[in-house]
Amino acid sequence: MATKNSRAAARWMVAPSVLLLFAWMIVPLVMTLYFSFQRYNLLSPDQSGFVGFDNYYYFLTNPAFFEALTNTLTLVLGVLAITIFGGIGLALLLDQPFWGQGIVRVLVIAPFFVMPTVSALVWKNMFMNPVNGMFAHIAKAMGLQPYDFLAHSPLASIILIVAWQWLPFSTLILLTALQSLDREQQEAAEMDGASVFARFAYLTIPHLTRAVTVVVLIQTIFLLSVFAEILVTTNGGPGTASTNISYLVYAQSLLNYDVGGGSAGGIIAVILANIVAFFVMRMIGKNLDA
Amino acid sequence: MARKVTQTRKRVVTVLAWSIGFLIFFPILWTVLMSFKSEGDAIKGPIDMLMAPWTLESYGEVQHRSNYGLHFWNSVIISLGSTLLALIIAIPAAWAMAFVPGKRTKDLLMWMLSTKMMPSVGVLIPMYLMFRDFGLLDTRTGLVAVLTLINLPIVVWMLYTYFKEIPGEILEAARMDGAGLRSEILYVLTPMAVPGIASTMLLNVILAWNEAFWTLQLTTSSAAPLTQFIASYSSPEGLFYAKLSAASTMAIAPILIMGWFSQKQLVRGLTFGAVK
Amino acid sequence: MGKITLRNVTKKFGDVAVIPSLDLDIEDGEFVVFVGPSGCGKSTLLRLIAGLEDTSGGVISIDGTDATDTPPAKRGLAMVFQSYALYPHMSVRKNIAFPLKMAGLAPSEIERKVDAAAKVLNLTSYLDRKPGQLSGGQRQRVAIGRAIVREPKAFLFDEPLSNLDAALRGNMRLEITELHQTLKTTMIYVTHDQVEAMTMADKIVVLQAGNIEQVGSPLDLYHKPANIFVAGFIGSPRMNLIEGADATSLGAKTIGVRPEHIDISMDRGTWTGRVSVTEHLGSDTFLHVSVDGIGSMTVRGGGDIAARHGDTVYLTPQADKTHRFGPDGRAL
Repeated sequence: MATKNSRAAARWMVAPSVLLLFAWMIVPLVMTLYFSFQRYNLLSPDQSGFVGFDNYYYFLTNPAFFEALTNTLTLVLGVLAITIFGGIGLALLLDQPFWGQGIVRVLVIAPFFVMPTVSALVWKNMFMNPVNGMFAHIAKAMGLQPYDFLAHSPLASIILIVAWQWLPFSTLILLTALQSLDREQQEAAEMDGASVFARFAYLTIPHLTRAVTVVVLIQTIFLLSVFAEILVTTNGGPGTASTNISYLVYAQSLLNYDVGGGSAGGIIAVILANIVAFFVMRMIGKNLDA
Repeated sequence: MARKVTQTRKRVVTVLAWSIGFLIFFPILWTVLMSFKSEGDAIKGPIDMLMAPWTLESYGEVQHRSNYGLHFWNSVIISLGSTLLALIIAIPAAWAMAFVPGKRTKDLLMWMLSTKMMPSVGVLIPMYLMFRDFGLLDTRTGLVAVLTLINLPIVVWMLYTYFKEIPGEILEAARMDGAGLRSEILYVLTPMAVPGIASTMLLNVILAWNEAFWTLQLTTSSAAPLTQFIASYSSPEGLFYAKLSAASTMAIAPILIMGWFSQKQLVRGLTFGAVK
Repeated sequence: MGKITLRNVTKKFGDVAVIPSLDLDIEDGEFVVFVGPSGCGKSTLLRLIAGLEDTSGGVISIDGTDATDTPPAKRGLAMVFQSYALYPHMSVRKNIAFPLKMAGLAPSEIERKVDAAAKVLNLTSYLDRKPGQLSGGQRQRVAIGRAIVREPKAFLFDEPLSNLDAALRGNMRLEITELHQTLKTTMIYVTHDQVEAMTMADKIVVLQAGNIEQVGSPLDLYHKPANIFVAGFIGSPRMNLIEGADATSLGAKTIGVRPEHIDISMDRGTWTGRVSVTEHLGSDTFLHVSVDGIGSMTVRGGGDIAARHGDTVYLTPQADKTHRFGPDGRAL
């Protein structure tokens, strides 16, 4: 298959992708690193100089940072919890025979294809708005006070919005995994006398574990950088109640014009993401062998 | 496992599944419904709103008040442009990795995927500054470049998996039949890979259309795609629910339709093969 | 025209020498079969000749010219793959025409040759179908058609009949043999099935672990196996191999005698044993006999042998058909 003649050609064909991605990875990242050691504010560009780890120090000791960190973790874990448990339930449900399976599947998948900005604004205005939103109308109809979701529970509201968007993804993955369950194995277990629950516990759940791992790892990568939803709903507020690391870096760089500080934050975000990526790559690596 | 499922059970499951499906889909449904109402009716209670007369005036207003067509067109250009560019770069690479694998091919592929995991904020500043200094801010060209790069790993990966499914023997047969490299790719590989390439294109267009970080950071008005345009509704003046609904419906409709066709591709492209 | 020579050909995958060092001569017009157990290197050898794999050492010559570094497209050979490797998106006509198109022939010429090949292989009514619409046997013929139409110096077949059911295999075997008689082109055929080897070959190359155990005509290999491996591989059911006193009494470490060369008697013979399993084929009967002091032996009897499970039988090997092997496994 792979002869001398084709190997040389192959190298040329891979080169553009490799070079481009390499440049994309290294060049901006190195620049960020460089800036993170500089004092550089876009409003006063003349005042610059090497400041060592000062930017990192200020970024990390900024009380907003700690809040952003916990918010990030809360967001990720919250969305994961909803999408995993919801996803398993939905997948099990959709795996059953019933009328109109195709249509229900489409209904459930749809939110994933909606632009994040649209999702966020639809939820913010049409549902969560304390004056005109649907929840407000329902509350008033029941004689209750409308609840200002985004003002009083900003992070939780955002978790809800993001979870709504990602539930289809996890459902689809878990459903695919469910449908690849070995039917013959189930039948063999049934002949061996295993009840529905036993089969679920000993066959289905272990099989799903792998898919759940995939969902967790991949979603985490994307959830760490949730941005648009925060931008258009709460702008990180009130205060920093719904700011995550991504938004904090953005705020510092482009709203406060603090390039130095923002860069330090960016590097920290990269480090955090790398930790997760390490585990994701291990998992993927196992599959490439298969 | 073709056993008799009781009718009752089927009925119960049907009701349950449809209810949940409906609930999940509801926000989208509501948005579409609201887009056909006037602003005054849009903010009324749910029942009142439903009962109100249907109208296309909100669609009209969106067209007049803002240059909706421009933003829609921007989204189209950016999605298609970055997809085509990514394909041009990725097809040769995926070919090489699938058919002439070397010792390092697997590592290379993993490294490519890992670049997708870099958080965008990590390079926000240099990208913003570079774009500013090179006059690329608020240009479609700049955006196409960025989106190509962030989606390139997925495009390469998906094409790689599709190419790997092509039986190697068929390409060997082409070689034995006297086909040089160019003929092999042109007459045998590409026709067989077309379904896979189409699927990859589909997924990539969707990902690029919905991208909501770089499109928000690097554009303001003239190159702003729909993501940015809709985001401008976050601090509006006056009544805007119906207009938002109209704008949103138009923005998401194409992708919803495409998304329906691309479920399998979604699983393949975004789980990096870990789930079959 | 189709003379192929291999000298000192080696092939390594990493550190593993799949083919340590091999010499072979294939004459023009011969039907040569490479046969051996799984993993013996026969397919690898075929692919080396085709140019689909690079050699790690040695020289491959085609008609006197060194072809070791020539790419497969330029060697003038045609290959029929085990999975047929038809182009699924092209019609049968386009499949067969493809090599001619690659060679740059004029369309009218191409059409003439395709029609001729289709006629020979009974494919004329299928020319406009796609491979997906054909049966296994039809696809096989299209693969052969695609090879024939190139008028190559030699045909290479890589286990072409493995994917067909038994009845079809028998028919296709005949067709390929007839094809060889018509075209008179060199054919190199790889199979693990020694029945195919015996029935189709002019010359058989028996391979094990990358080494040639013996080269010869089918009857040569049957009557004069060079070593125990070949003796046990050729012939079905397998030759009975016996060590111990029976062997040393004839001056050998091991003796071998084929099931069809043992006489069965109900009252006297060299060996005594009890029948464990009988296999009735109608034309023959194979008895598996548990022989005192030796173990299990297979014996062929006529279709009407009356022996049954548990019966005692007496077996006598035909002296002139008994093979003797020395301590190194080679024939004496």
